[in-house]
Amino acid sequence: MTAIDPTAHLTAEQIEELGRELDAIRDEVIAGRGEKDAAYIRKVISAQRKLELVSRGVLLFSIFPPAWLIGTAGLSVAKIMDNMEIGHNILHGQWDWMRDPKIHSTTWEWDHVSPADQWKHSHNELHHTYTNVIGKDNDLGYGIMRVDEDQKWHPFHLGQPLWNFINACFFEYGIAAYDLELGKNLHKRRRKNPEFRARAKAVGRKIRKQVLKDYVIHPLLSGPSFLPTLAATFTANLVRNIWSHSVIMCGHFPEGVQVFERRSIKGETRGQWYLRQMMGSANISGSKAMHFMTGNLSHQIEHHLFPDLPSNRYAEVAVKVRALFEKYELEYVTGPLPKQVFSAWRKVFRLSLPNKKPKVKTPSREQELVAA
Amino acid sequence: MTSAALRSRAWKLLEMVTTPLLPSDYLDLVSPLRAGADLRGRIEAVHPETPDAATIVIRPGRGWRGHTAGQYVRIGVDVDGVRLWRAYSLTSPTNRRDGRVTITVKAIPDGKVSNHLVRRAKPGTLIQLDQATGDFVLPQAKPAKVLYLTAGSGITPVMGMLRDTEFDDVVMVHCAPQPHDVIFRNELHDLAADKKLRLTEVHTATDGMLDIARLDELVPDWADRETWACGPAGLLDAAEKHWSEHGVPERLHTERFRSSIVAAGDGGEVTFSATGKRVDADGATPLLDVGEEAGVLMPSGCRMGICFGCVTPLKAGAVRDLRTGEITEAEPGVLIQTCVSAAAGPCDIER
Ligand code: FES
Repeated sequence: MTAIDPTAHLTAEQIEELGRELDAIRDEVIAGRGEKDAAYIRKVISAQRKLELVSRGVLLFSIFPPAWLIGTAGLSVAKIMDNMEIGHNILHGQWDWMRDPKIHSTTWEWDHVSPADQWKHSHNELHHTYTNVIGKDNDLGYGIMRVDEDQKWHPFHLGQPLWNFINACFFEYGIAAYDLELGKNLHKRRRKNPEFRARAKAVGRKIRKQVLKDYVIHPLLSGPSFLPTLAATFTANLVRNIWSHSVIMCGHFPEGVQVFERRSIKGETRGQWYLRQMMGSANISGSKAMHFMTGNLSHQIEHHLFPDLPSNRYAEVAVKVRALFEKYELEYVTGPLPKQVFSAWRKVFRLSLPNKKPKVKTPSREQELVAA
Repeated sequence: MTSAALRSRAWKLLEMVTTPLLPSDYLDLVSPLRAGADLRGRIEAVHPETPDAATIVIRPGRGWRGHTAGQYVRIGVDVDGVRLWRAYSLTSPTNRRDGRVTITVKAIPDGKVSNHLVRRAKPGTLIQLDQATGDFVLPQAKPAKVLYLTAGSGITPVMGMLRDTEFDDVVMVHCAPQPHDVIFRNELHDLAADKKLRLTEVHTATDGMLDIARLDELVPDWADRETWACGPAGLLDAAEKHWSEHGVPERLHTERFRSSIVAAGDGGEVTFSATGKRVDADGATPLLDVGEEAGVLMPSGCRMGICFGCVTPLKAGAVRDLRTGEITEAEPGVLIQTCVSAAAGPCDIER
């Protein structure tokens, strides 16, 4: 739906060939999965648990400022690890092949107010299947923002930089509301729906447990450090929320990322599905530590092509995927975190206002394919 | 308040502290073998027995309830990162002082777990354990005369018995291809030298398979003996027939090692065991479609293998991944994505 369709130069056969080449990359990783990968995720999980334990231990003495600083930093990192490299990826089924019931998409629960099973539905199923399809993939703007010129402007959108900021601060609650499809379900008629009520109850339970742990039990255990510990856990949650929000915004919002019309995915082939994932995602470049802290979602393009491959393999996959982008003359959207975050925010601001010039209608990819 | 109630309160509080994980997730980091943990064991040593068999010394977790001679244990071992479960006979006596148990494993061709255990297992590795089970065991009342009839790795449960309980009159007939294939050979010969055992080795590479009729000559009073037999199906079938024909079937106790070899074909009958439906499926239709067609309520999502919203236990048989062609065989705890798996032979899907 951008002015120029960046995939217009590809023939239908080329797109299918591209799909086959991507399948080959996938098969290669699957064939090579093994002990080292299993050792990797186990090590990460154990490191996360130790870091969380130690940080919470240090926070028992958070009445002393250095302890507060160290504990808060440690807990923030531990929460980020839990949500990103561990939770997100396990819930994608990336580690199901190990057949370890403790590290499995069906049993894992994370440090997040959205219960794992609800998140799996909205994220794995809706977002990953309908990536960037307006009206089907609600991750695009989470239903509260305008993310493409073609979406109708409404005065409500004037406030979207503010909505986005608030969403960043309380991201886990935003996600929980989003997984519940709260906006839609709060209408009188839907509110009574027993299925919705059951899910809302589950979220309520999860919130209660999480809040109790972070804001009551741990502060109480800290005795005289009650208030500093409370402030520390609040800060850690805030840091984790803003961090994950930023990383996730970089995945689909930066300039250069395409969005798609509902009708363009009708009868989509495997190759076309792959192509949509390629054009609908953006990466973050950076160091190994950076990739780790983003849960390897810095390799968003690779993750969207192969959401079930173990995250520690995305870096090596990226080299091959990028070569395919070049071969097929497609733009591989990537950049350092600050640049991508800035780019995404700029779009949020720009689209909060109505479009500047009347937009020129251009043929969609589908129409061009038909014409070709 | 009773101490049990107190403990359960304390545990509840701990659960609140560690939510959404469990206290045990943290305790496992430091003490995986503690009481109350999921049952695990630690491999402490691996002793070669023959060129393709080894004894694995395992320290079981505190929850281990012990075993009876002749029983087996299921163990879960991570091979190439994938947890696989197999059953092995316990070869240690029940009263071992150090609390350790042993299994003796023979590497079978293409056996993922057996080859791993015999050739690659390292001391210090944690494995998963089930409690010991099986009714191939000695009776409470001591029989006057005993015969052990074994072949190949069928000697393993019997070795557990030999080491556990002494009898006055014990005969063993053991078959193996060649002398060096006889597991526990030295120990058996020592027992024979001490007159604790009368041993006949049948070397099938030179003597040929044991003809059950030869028992009359090898152990003339075989029919008077309480017999425990373990080995390949052919031997056990022959033995069962022989004992029945001579009217003493109750004297014979057999143990069959069930081989889990499934012939992976193309399509087959699919059983949806939770609903009791059975349908024929070809090798190309996703089991999700097969189930829905048959009116079984199947969980689903993306229908293209990416969301893991359709995972379902595979109780029996084998399925083929339609994307990679990879075959997955049923084992306890194995889940498959029904939207990208097709029947590779008869299988049982828990829906
Ligand atoms: S339905 Fe999504 S993986 Fe099977």
